[in-house]
Amino acid sequence: MKARSALLLGSLSAALVAFALTSPRVIAADKVDPVADAKAFQNFFFQKFPNVTHEDFVNGPYSMNEDMKRQWQEKEEFPPYEFALDAGKEMFSTPFKNGKTYADCFPNGGIGIRQNYPYFDTKEGKVVTLELALNRCREANGEAPYSYVKDEMASLTAYMAFTSRGKPMDIKIPDDPRALAAFENGKRYFYTRRGQMNFSCASCHVQSPGERIRAETLAPALGILNAMPIYRSEWSGMGTTSRRFVTCNSQTRAVPLEPQSDEYRDVEYFLSYVANGLPISGPGARP
Amino acid sequence: MKRSLALAMLLAVSLAPSARAANEADYKAAYAAAEAASKEAAGMRNQWTVTVSTLAAAKKAADGGDFDRAVAASKEAEALARASIVQATSEKEAWKAMEIR
Repeated sequence: MKARSALLLGSLSAALVAFALTSPRVIAADKVDPVADAKAFQNFFFQKFPNVTHEDFVNGPYSMNEDMKRQWQEKEEFPPYEFALDAGKEMFSTPFKNGKTYADCFPNGGIGIRQNYPYFDTKEGKVVTLELALNRCREANGEAPYSYVKDEMASLTAYMAFTSRGKPMDIKIPDDPRALAAFENGKRYFYTRRGQMNFSCASCHVQSPGERIRAETLAPALGILNAMPIYRSEWSGMGTTSRRFVTCNSQTRAVPLEPQSDEYRDVEYFLSYVANGLPISGPGARP
Repeated sequence: MKRSLALAMLLAVSLAPSARAANEADYKAAYAAAEAASKEAAGMRNQWTVTVSTLAAAKKAADGGDFDRAVAASKEAEALARASIVQATSEKEAWKAMEIR
């Protein structure tokens, strides 16, 4: 009887082990949970860089290197984005041919609202970025859209970011499966390797922030969009979030997508959401 | 002895792989294969810049009448395009391994 029980118990144990090994793994992260994702994302950086204050992450490479930070603080006396900021302010207040202005297209007259972009438009079922909203505003008022990557678009977003400086990023994900899908799609894009270099966004900005890649010090992904748009010395000019995505793709030898493609809009949604609570610092200046 | 040496040489020459120069037809076939793979990669939203530039180099060489170079560049472009397709396919699941959790 004893031997029989032992045999039965042994068989049962073996069956349980076999079941555990062969059943599909239940991975909690497979369920779309932006709150948990944002918490994990922020904790990763806070733990990796315990000496960096949380709000300093939005200053990109300057949060990673004291010498660079001192140089940048001196540059901020006469910031290189100042011309774009002035131009953006003037453009923002100059009426369109029909007499309306950008202020008519945005909540609160477009002042101090940068931290709410991008948002998920439940009518359209897609993510709407600030750059996209600005061009839609222009087209709705009979004006031609601007290039998404630099010049006028960078100036306008620089001014709008400036009016939101210090406000915490506040991106909402509505209770809508399409919004969750957009967030998940952005996350997938962020972690997917592409290009001949076989790099993902995360290869540089999660695995290696603070490290050098040639002459550049890599910025952490956390808060990386809070400083947009930026004056980049490498570009000798201003660039938008769209420009940043396009150049990142090119640098990995991947053909960039079209600015404001669904993938870029979604990755902006993901990156902005996981930076919720960190202050807007744009416009920024980068090497 | 002389006759057998000549026969041996003739046999060797006839059996050796022919190393003829590539012609326009070779180029067109190689380019079409590369272009098809490149289009497949673009359809997966994972085109590589080097595939595009290597395809352009192939066309330029062919336009200049250098079909050897054109065929070599086409084959390289096809290999690059195929590598980008493999990357896009494997990343459909592999990206999850990089995720912060």
